Amino acid sequence: MGLTRDEVAKVSLLARLRFSDEELDTLTTQLGQVVEYVRQLEELDTESVLPMAHVEDNHNIFADDLPRPSLNREDALANAPKRDDECYRVPAVLGD
Amino acid sequence: MSVLESTATELLAELAAGNVSAAELTQTYLAQIEDHDEAIGAFLNVDAERALTQAEAIDTRRRAGAKLGLLAGLPVAVKDVLCTKGWTTTCGSRMLEHFVPPYDATVISKLKAADAVLIGKTNMDEFAMGGSTENSAFKRTHNPWALDRTPGGSSGGAAACVASNMAPLSIGTDTGGSIRQPAAFCGVTGMKPTYGRVSRYGLVAFASSLDQAGPLARTAEDVALLLEAIAGHDPLDSTSANVSTPSYTATVREPLAGLRLGVAREHFGDGLDREVDAAVREAIKVFESQGASVHEISLPHSKYAIATYYIIAPCEASSNLARYDGVHYGYRTDEKEMLAELAEERKALEAAGDRARLDALDSSLVRMYRETRSEGFGAEVKRRVMLGSYALSAGYYDAYYVKALKVRRLIREDYDAAFKDVDLIIGPTTATAAFKLGEMNEDPLTMYLQDLYTVSANLAGIAAISVPCGITGSGLPIGLQLQAAPFEEEKLLRAAHMFQRATDWHTRRPG
Amino acid sequence: MNDKPYEIIIGLEVHVQLQTQSKLFCRCSTTFGQPPNTQTCPVCIGMPGALPVMNRRAFELALKTAVALNLDIPAFTKWDRKNYFYPDLPKGYQISQFDLPMSQHGWLEISDPKGAFEPKRVRITRAHLEDDAGKSMHDEAAGKSDSRIDLNRTGTPLLEIVSEPDIRSPQEAKAYLTELKLLLTYLGVSDCNMQEGSLRVDGNLNLHIDTPEGRIATPIAEVKNMNSFRAVERAMAYEAQRQCEVWRENKIKLGDKPGGHKTTRGWDDTQQVTIKQREKEESSDYRYFPDPDLLPVIVTAEEVEQVRASLGELPAAMRTRLETTYGIDPYDSDVLVNQGRELVVYYEELATASGDGRRASNWVQQDVLRTLNESQTSISEFSVSAAALADLLKAIKAGDLDNTRSKDVFDEMVRSGRTAGDAMATLGIEKVDASDAESLCRELLEANPKIVEDLKAGKMKAVGSLIGQAKQKNPNVNPGQFKDMCLKIVESM
Ligand SMILES: [Zn+2]
Repeated sequence: MGLTRDEVAKVSLLARLRFSDEELDTLTTQLGQVVEYVRQLEELDTESVLPMAHVEDNHNIFADDLPRPSLNREDALANAPKRDDECYRVPAVLGD
Repeated sequence: MSVLESTATELLAELAAGNVSAAELTQTYLAQIEDHDEAIGAFLNVDAERALTQAEAIDTRRRAGAKLGLLAGLPVAVKDVLCTKGWTTTCGSRMLEHFVPPYDATVISKLKAADAVLIGKTNMDEFAMGGSTENSAFKRTHNPWALDRTPGGSSGGAAACVASNMAPLSIGTDTGGSIRQPAAFCGVTGMKPTYGRVSRYGLVAFASSLDQAGPLARTAEDVALLLEAIAGHDPLDSTSANVSTPSYTATVREPLAGLRLGVAREHFGDGLDREVDAAVREAIKVFESQGASVHEISLPHSKYAIATYYIIAPCEASSNLARYDGVHYGYRTDEKEMLAELAEERKALEAAGDRARLDALDSSLVRMYRETRSEGFGAEVKRRVMLGSYALSAGYYDAYYVKALKVRRLIREDYDAAFKDVDLIIGPTTATAAFKLGEMNEDPLTMYLQDLYTVSANLAGIAAISVPCGITGSGLPIGLQLQAAPFEEEKLLRAAHMFQRATDWHTRRPG
Repeated sequence: MNDKPYEIIIGLEVHVQLQTQSKLFCRCSTTFGQPPNTQTCPVCIGMPGALPVMNRRAFELALKTAVALNLDIPAFTKWDRKNYFYPDLPKGYQISQFDLPMSQHGWLEISDPKGAFEPKRVRITRAHLEDDAGKSMHDEAAGKSDSRIDLNRTGTPLLEIVSEPDIRSPQEAKAYLTELKLLLTYLGVSDCNMQEGSLRVDGNLNLHIDTPEGRIATPIAEVKNMNSFRAVERAMAYEAQRQCEVWRENKIKLGDKPGGHKTTRGWDDTQQVTIKQREKEESSDYRYFPDPDLLPVIVTAEEVEQVRASLGELPAAMRTRLETTYGIDPYDSDVLVNQGRELVVYYEELATASGDGRRASNWVQQDVLRTLNESQTSISEFSVSAAALADLLKAIKAGDLDNTRSKDVFDEMVRSGRTAGDAMATLGIEKVDASDAESLCRELLEANPKIVEDLKAGKMKAVGSLIGQAKQKNPNVNPGQFKDMCLKIVESM
């Protein structure tokens, strides 16, 4: 069972991407091949293996609760594609 | 002696002796870039004025008798994936074409503190995704050994600039081989340090649990120098290892007595180019002639490394790249055009009375996101974001992501077992020498399979280095990979230096 | 006690901002009310390359709260990314906890001192630590085209406390929130200011209805935007009524397709109704996975015990102790404890020093709280010490002061900050010597033969006039004692 075009279209919304019909076809094939390839992991019995999210087994890394200066607003907003004097601006956020 | 033929270590001595100034050195490299980078395309951004100002300031301090940092006036090129305060950082992406970070990556702060001269930002595959630097949104980088070939990637610019004498030292990043493979393709020495050895703070993330910055240079000695400057614990990076940094420069010249080398049969299977195979076997003999013993080992799960990697890396990437949404920085689609298009679609659907599709139509905000990301990202980035979003989505998480994390542990355990018996694992960095530009564009999976020998080190978090070990019949460099247990960079560097003392592959330059 | 044809099932999700100086993953200040986008940095703006480092204090406050809520603390906990796109979420994901939260399986006991419902334990599913989002503001001035984004709040530490659906009425919901807020206040982990958003509540509600076909459940509604406990109570009551009506109309059960899925509704405080909110673009597929930038936290059993030992006395235990130690009623202990730890300390000092817990309770609840309310001050700034007030209470008990006079003395003590004795002296109040009182009594009886006659005839009311005359001659005369004395003398005449 490969990846279906519908699934790819659904994931494109999840990932906030948008593709032409042609691109969707190509992607369905390409992603399908990769998915097919990675499925070879299924042949391994990993029942008793713990997942390894981090290579190090370090833990409890904290910083002290000591405030430090923030960026000044101009520096914070400098890279914004759309802004006013105080805020970032985006197309209306609906139905909050 | 000529500046351009010297190693960084040699130049450091010249600088200290006052035979050359940092400004002169910087001028020389800037001129070299001026002359050659048009053909090579290693740099995305060279700021001559910035570099010279920095160099002159260092010279002034030297004249005033100030104690200078470890790199004391040496030019260093930086992959454009590390944030530089006030200096555009693009990650090779249209998305960040005009992004000017308000802060320095820790690696950059350390380079500055070490009195390096930041000479330019180097080209790369977009967001470090790729193995040929062809995924850069801005330009192609050519292999200095054969301009129709790739320098490798994603740190293609970083390797090419060292190979073509445009910088003595260069910083790359390696998520699945992105330092070692270009180092091999360009005939330079490049190291991926242990995960946690070098801070990731300010390194624009591709796959956070795999990314690691590291040095590229001509020799192991130079790599030792640059690593010593950038390594160290960083409280700003929770995954940074709280271990002390040895003085690599102090020990790199000491040969390793009784060196035990492991040869994994999995590294010499089908697909390994004959010339590469021969060069690596020759290299093993070089070590043996210096008293090293060779042991056959097995890394039974290494054949699953690519599959594991191409689940974990895209999953993390899909999340890491969610921040590029056109709101707070970076590219945003043309809003007017986008809104007009959306209005038109709505009209058409209303006219057709297509209730279902009308309900499913994007809000203007969602459409802004989708257009911004579709226009701002290149094809490979979008592929990986799609792959990761799919693998993490409801119903697939356990089958793909959790499964991959389990196999990741098995891969690490293979290494743990191997390093009980041997000091280093020796093998090829890549199965072939540099391939032709455009050769891999058609088929992503074939491209992914190129990472066969390099991804395991990232998955396991261990250290590895690529060292030039031959030249193919068609005149292309071949890379030898040495891998070491976590935090054993010193062993890697000493072994690499042993090899470079006995061979001259690292001194060869493109003709 | 349920006279309705259905049972209300409520579970509450509470988000509490923890009182740290700096944010959860960066060191930007958490001060409320600063100008937009002045408290941000590369980390909380989610800039490329920036990395999170967890605030130790935030974890400690979360742990303290979890232990106080009787939650189990697993030895291992980790942080996960909850991926979704929103302009006030600059990283494109929230750092939260998914499958291995820092605490789970606890409870909070609620009761109603007036007995509106039976005391009960509301089970708490879990409490976990996560980072807050920023604020999206609609720009009225610029028409409907744009929203403005302020990231000052982005990254503030939040503790999400999720209850089991154990709550059975809007009153219980309010009681749960009140008790939770009190606990958080006692712990000092949050200022719980709902106006400033440091405590936010979402309610999940549905109904279980008995039908001829058996017991059914209505589709669950998650109600948001409730900005006071009162609003929660009303919203829950409204929503229960609404679901009942909808059920009568369409008979759609939880899980039915179509229509039986969970919906999101917003509480409109002006119209006092819940309104259906727009559904998300895709059914919330958050693609959780462990955050590779953060390492796990390991908590030992010893550390948990240390936290437990450091909690101090919590409200529930304190109520019980006040009742048994000072003989006051649950209603009174509830009022006192709800006022906070400092007031209880004051009360206990007063009760002990005066030797009368009930009288002390009355005085604190009435006179002390009234005065504090009027002057908008806290007990720590109150001018009358517990010891001073105790002297007043003792004087009352000893009969040296009547009710009216005691209020005068109290007011004088508040005004001048002086002791009870000094205040009484200022007001010219002193105890009347027994022989002085007797001679005054005889003098007045002699001067009022008519009254003596009436008294002898059993018309006891006549004594009132005598007391009036006596108080004119000496305001310190104790009316009760004077009356007794008159009657005794008349009897012997
Ligand atoms: Zn911040």
